[in-house]
Amino acid sequence: MAESGVTDGLCNTDDIERSKTEGKELTKEEKQRLRKEKKQQKKNKEKNDEKTSHEGEKKKNKKKKEEQPAGSASQPPAQPSPKAVPAPAPPPPAAAAVPVPASEAPAPADKPAKSKADLKAERRARQEAERASKGKKGDVGQPAPTGKLKAPPSELQPVVKRLPEHVQVDNPEVVKKLAKKLERQQIPLRSDYGYKVSLFSHLHQYSRKAPLTQQLGIPSTVIHPAIVRLGLQYSQGIVAGSNARSVALLHAFQQVIRDYTTPPNEELSRDLVNKLKPYISFLNQCRPLSASMGNAIKYIKKEISNIPSQCKEEEAKIKLLNCIERYINEKIVLAAKAIAKYSIEKISDGDVILVYGCSSLVNHILCEAFEKKRKFRVIVVDSRPRLEGREALRRLVQKGISCTYVLISAVSYILPEVSKVFLGAHALLANGYVMSRVGTSQIALVAKAFNVPVLVCCETYKFCERVQTDSFVSNELDDPDDLIVTRKGKTQLEHWQKVPSLGLLNLVYDVTPPDFVDLVITDLGMIPCTSVPVVLRVKNVDQ
Amino acid sequence: MELQAVLMAAGGGSRMPDLTYNTPKPMLPVGNKPLMWHPLNLLERVGFEEVIVITTKEVQKMMSTDPKMKDVKMKLDVVCIQEDGDMGTADALRHIQQKIKTDVLVVSCDLITDVALHEVVDLFRAHNATLAMLMSKAHDFTETVPGQKGKKKTGEQRDFVGVDQSGKRLLFMANEADLEDGLSIRKSIMRKHPRMHIKTGLVDAHLYCLKKAVVDFLADNKSISSIRGELLPYLVRKQFSKTTNCPKSKDDADDQTQKTADGSTNSTELLICSRDEPLLQLAQERSCWNDHRGDMSEAYHGGKLRCYVHIMDQGLCYRVNTLAAYIEANRLASKLLEEPAVHPSAVISERCQMGPDSIIGAQCQVADKTSIKRSTIGNSTTVKEKVKVTNSIIMHGVTIEEGCNIHGCVICSNAVIGRGADLKYCLVGNGQQIEAEGEAHSFHTSTFNMLSLFSPPTVTRGT
Repeated sequence: MAESGVTDGLCNTDDIERSKTEGKELTKEEKQRLRKEKKQQKKNKEKNDEKTSHEGEKKKNKKKKEEQPAGSASQPPAQPSPKAVPAPAPPPPAAAAVPVPASEAPAPADKPAKSKADLKAERRARQEAERASKGKKGDVGQPAPTGKLKAPPSELQPVVKRLPEHVQVDNPEVVKKLAKKLERQQIPLRSDYGYKVSLFSHLHQYSRKAPLTQQLGIPSTVIHPAIVRLGLQYSQGIVAGSNARSVALLHAFQQVIRDYTTPPNEELSRDLVNKLKPYISFLNQCRPLSASMGNAIKYIKKEISNIPSQCKEEEAKIKLLNCIERYINEKIVLAAKAIAKYSIEKISDGDVILVYGCSSLVNHILCEAFEKKRKFRVIVVDSRPRLEGREALRRLVQKGISCTYVLISAVSYILPEVSKVFLGAHALLANGYVMSRVGTSQIALVAKAFNVPVLVCCETYKFCERVQTDSFVSNELDDPDDLIVTRKGKTQLEHWQKVPSLGLLNLVYDVTPPDFVDLVITDLGMIPCTSVPVVLRVKNVDQ
Repeated sequence: MELQAVLMAAGGGSRMPDLTYNTPKPMLPVGNKPLMWHPLNLLERVGFEEVIVITTKEVQKMMSTDPKMKDVKMKLDVVCIQEDGDMGTADALRHIQQKIKTDVLVVSCDLITDVALHEVVDLFRAHNATLAMLMSKAHDFTETVPGQKGKKKTGEQRDFVGVDQSGKRLLFMANEADLEDGLSIRKSIMRKHPRMHIKTGLVDAHLYCLKKAVVDFLADNKSISSIRGELLPYLVRKQFSKTTNCPKSKDDADDQTQKTADGSTNSTELLICSRDEPLLQLAQERSCWNDHRGDMSEAYHGGKLRCYVHIMDQGLCYRVNTLAAYIEANRLASKLLEEPAVHPSAVISERCQMGPDSIIGAQCQVADKTSIKRSTIGNSTTVKEKVKVTNSIIMHGVTIEEGCNIHGCVICSNAVIGRGADLKYCLVGNGQQIEAEGEAHSFHTSTFNMLSLFSPPTVTRGT
């Protein structure tokens, strides 16, 4: 490829980098360029200039085309080395070439201001040709427009992604960009509240007492009322839990679709997706979206874009509503039944099962197992400040299951009695880590120490292509005032904001490494934790 | 559309006859704006674009001529009803049932408040409630009311309001008049909400968010005529009634089809229960949230009909239905309004002393050596020299001759106060004339009392 004829070492690496980022489609362009570079071998420095200005221009043009943020690309040294952090997936990587700092970093640091006008014109002409050919191929090979898919496996390059907005709250440029985007969509910006612990200062922290509806007009016209209601329910915690949030989201989308009318000169498949974008931003402001919600949104957007243009509006709407019903039925209701079936095989008589918090799926499994006359008892472990275990306890005891209730501080005391641990998951990450309610990894760790098998139950629609190895880089900070408790009329933490050295941290999620998880029970069967990428790949091929 | 606003402006103002015998209550000036302008302003600020105003023909006529009402940029859909006073608020709502397409926000015309409306509406939205209302802690009125001797009569009926532990869910509402044998609470309510706070010192702001199904229910049940008096206690009681707590989905469908045919109350009651769609049910089942703890039931105890109340601790909330409230509202009106206190078209001479909390209306003429403190002066009023006005409310078109001393009075429109009159805590009715050198203390004048003020001698302690 590029190695053969070129003598300039730096040009070599540039070419290789570029070929890596731009894909094999450009081999023809590569050869063209090589030939031209051979002709201009004498002027090495100029070539450097050209390359860098070429990349600069290419970058600039691409930025204009794709409206990519210029912020991070223009400060490659300042960027927190994106390669090192296994970053969660970024906003749409558009056509195959991602003009990324990584390809620039090895580029020569000296970029002298002089660049010949005619060489520039030549470069520009070549760029147009490249872009034309790339445009055709890029559309074909493009993954779904939103969210967190990696580059399709056919490309096999280490494409570096940008960090998503919600983990860059301490970067004022990103915040400004978000503010601009929200302003464009006419959605109010929710301001952060209280002092944030420094390790987590890159995440949002909102107060429940300052809901987003304060800044909205009351008969909400910009945002559909069902979405406003949903956002309120999310931020107040009335709808909590991964499955519940997804179902409620899809229900709200059903109402949006029912009330939607295509404006004249617009196509439903494109306009409806555009209508949904501000709603999704609004919901994100109320409470950061969960992985399952993200997957559901991706599915809906795909279904909407796949509506043929000659389809009538009524038919299209009915079709979409049915899709939503089907999705919920297949991915949540039937999946729960399948998982229950598999799990019941793993529950034997005389078992002592430990559960943590309130996972709708685990509760469902235990209730089903009890109905199938298995004899077991349950230990419910709970933790502050949410105290969700009480709700789980209520549901299990209502069915007639004998339960014990402890707080997480007693888990090592109670574990010798336990024969199995069933945990629910918020999401399963692509490297096999389990993202779940904060405290889950502790339980898994202690269970491992006691050699108690840990089984994680998770539907496949919660599998997510993100990769995370710690709980710091991406998490959710809940309202710190939830930690304040009043006992015997005294509230010790009432004025915590006045103490300058005190910070309250209310984490919501944590990640459990796959070494602590023995089995993942999904609707596809019982798989080990490390098989998650396989499932993801199979899912992508299917869709 | 999410909410439709309805402004009830047909009330008579029966508790302040001296003020309202000439001017209908919705058009009484408060801070030089008609009374109904204030709730309209609240709705406009919050973002409403259309309001349905239910009022009488007289008020409609006055509205169209009043310049302040033209400031209201929202689209006002005025519906006129008869003035005979037989129509209660619920009857009015039934009258406009055809116009109601979504949930309603009912506001009374005499509400002056600076509440953050989203607090009430958020309760309505988040809990999918059937009713959400606003109440406020009552403030004692400190100003002396003209014509009233001593303290306010305590014969007024108290309202008992029961809320749950969080202070948001409305469990019990009754007026003292209805509780002859004492306050009794059903055991089923106590079992579900063992901790109930019962409050009496609350002012009902008459601001209600109602579901559309309630309006449809009203259309079928013609016996309910007042929202506050009958509909609200009915809804609060219905939260805990057995029929609303265990409807099966099939029954709902059957009852829906026979709604108008079947005259029995069962079908009409079930209409109110918000039939949660199956997906919403599924979401609620999967959600790990409960509004109470300690017993075995699910969120909301499985009840479909929920009533919520937002109780304001701080901030202004007045219902201007008595004279005392009217005076208090005028005092505080300057805080609520964003306009400058002195209207630009008023002609005020330089040697006049004006306090900062006085409001002067348009086209007033205030002459030299006058002193105006803590007062509201209406439009087109003439105040001649050497007049001292303190703590008073002077409406439109009043003429105050020289040398008058007016303290703590309410002087209605088009009155004439003669030279040198000394009025303390008086209420001068519409178009009345106080003779020169008259003195009055704690006096109400209206058409009936005019005769007694013919001659200048001092008159004290009138009715």
